[in-house]
Amino acid sequence: MELLLSLGVGLIFACGVWLVLRPRTFSVVLGLTLIAYGVNVLILLSGRLGAKMPPLSLKGAQGLADPLPQALVLTAIVIGFGMTAYLVALALRALGESGDDTVDGASPKPLGKDAEG
Amino acid sequence: MTHLALLPLLIPFTAAAILLLLADAPIAVQRGVAIGSALAGLLVSALLVAGQWNGPILAYAIGDWPAPYGILFVADRLAAQMVLLLFVLAVPALMMATAGSDRTGRHFHALFQLQLAGLAGAFLTGDLFNLFVFFEILLLASYALLVHGNGFRRSRAGLLYVVLNLVGSSLFLVAIALIYGTLGTLNMADIARLLPLVPVQDMGLVRAAFAILVGVFLLKSAVLPMAFWLPHVYSVAGMPVAALFAILTKVGVVALLRLSVSLFGDAGVTQGLLLPWLPVLALGTIAFGTVALFAAERLGVAAASLVLISSGILLFSVAFAGAGSTSALLYYLPHTTLATGGMLMLSGLIAERRGELQDRLVRGPCVGNRLMIGGAYAVLAVAIAGLPPLSGFLGKLMLMQAVAPLDWRLAWWVALLLSGLCMTLVLARLASLLFWQPLDPLPDQSIATGSRGALVLLAAASPLLVVLAVPVSAYAASAANQLHQREPYLQAVLGDAPPTQRERRP
Repeated sequence: MELLLSLGVGLIFACGVWLVLRPRTFSVVLGLTLIAYGVNVLILLSGRLGAKMPPLSLKGAQGLADPLPQALVLTAIVIGFGMTAYLVALALRALGESGDDTVDGASPKPLGKDAEG
Repeated sequence: MTHLALLPLLIPFTAAAILLLLADAPIAVQRGVAIGSALAGLLVSALLVAGQWNGPILAYAIGDWPAPYGILFVADRLAAQMVLLLFVLAVPALMMATAGSDRTGRHFHALFQLQLAGLAGAFLTGDLFNLFVFFEILLLASYALLVHGNGFRRSRAGLLYVVLNLVGSSLFLVAIALIYGTLGTLNMADIARLLPLVPVQDMGLVRAAFAILVGVFLLKSAVLPMAFWLPHVYSVAGMPVAALFAILTKVGVVALLRLSVSLFGDAGVTQGLLLPWLPVLALGTIAFGTVALFAAERLGVAAASLVLISSGILLFSVAFAGAGSTSALLYYLPHTTLATGGMLMLSGLIAERRGELQDRLVRGPCVGNRLMIGGAYAVLAVAIAGLPPLSGFLGKLMLMQAVAPLDWRLAWWVALLLSGLCMTLVLARLASLLFWQPLDPLPDQSIATGSRGALVLLAAASPLLVVLAVPVSAYAASAANQLHQREPYLQAVLGDAPPTQRERRP
């Protein structure tokens, strides 16, 4: 189980890093979102895995799940969500102002109506 | 006052909430609330410093939950000094904003207060996860402030800045997850106690986690391979925002100092995480900043390169942190923050005055108001370049004496002196370009009272640091001592209780 999740986190990270390195802002945003997912799973993993350990003290439970990583991951999700929303807004504005959605502003193939210029 | 440790954080937070409600109120009311909050923060942080002068470390547990579990704020001498520096910089920045740049978009003052709260929290927190949270608060506010007032260059630079910092934040979280997974705690003092006891099978993971953490702090403080964003970003920010940005890189430096001294100590598992390579990168940063200074085509970029050089100098001393070098560092840090902040602000003011030329470094008519602007430029340039008699000279002298074992001393002295020489050359040339041209000078324009006051305050900072050199350096020395003893910090946070028992983690 740990191995499967670790490999999954690694795969998500690899995809995220690849997407972040793409030239257009949309794929960068997707990449950052993927990285954030990977991080969230990793934080959850840091509190150990256990199928029979509820986060509450219930009758018959053999142990308690560590509640702290769940609190941390909640905070991380909220912050990540806010940041991504802001990034999307900023990327849209940059696109609106320059008509070009590359990250460094040097598009080899300009978009849409700017193609002839 | 037991609540004193929390007030520098609470005051700007409350002010930000009030300012959000007052978004449609007359601008004078908003300015009043914002400046009132900054002045209150200044007062509180001065009280905090006064209390720390001889007093014990203040550990403030929210809700009185005991140390390794609760949310903790710790005001020691280092944190108190940094918070005071923050508000000393914030007051002139806000005064500058009242000259009109706060009207170019909505919510300027609320965002500014949020950034102050984030910065104060980052200095005061005693917990790695809260450090992350406050980093995010200050970054979110800085993202919004950076693009404040619109403009193509700003949104482009803002995009780069946001993407870079989002990656940095993700790495921060990875480090936090690994540290929690292996050590089972995120409280800084608790980590410091546990680090020497890490079992052998966890060592690799712990080391990797702290290496990532160091990398994140280095990204924030703009060390060489991760420094290229800084001139872009700082040179496009609006005046008051850029001045506040001068302290953003210092958050990374201070966090790294605390990490390497308070947390790592002599623990074997983190040996060699900083040492052979951080000085090399820091020297590289100084060199890169110097080259960028020569190559700058705009005054804003030149001022941002000065921030880079100061970042390199600070990081070199962090790498060799010993009691002596830390005290020199803590004297140099306020000087360099205030002087570069002043220079960034001044470059914005000059750009405003030169009309179409803006701050491009080309020949043109001289800038008007030569007594005021030129005088401030002269004082700031002398301070930054490290010429006697101002505080840059004193600070660099202390750094040269204190830092570095013998085999690094030559490189260190050469880097400091050579970068100082280059800064003198470039700043003198810029002065002749801006203030000393045969063409007719631009007519004197009235400078808004706020900007005038801000310039006077920031230009007065360096002479004041010389006049007050004895108490300031004494305080810096005691702060460095306290930091390096480590035990007072652990004692104040954790008390005498034996280490909490933890389950073994598979």
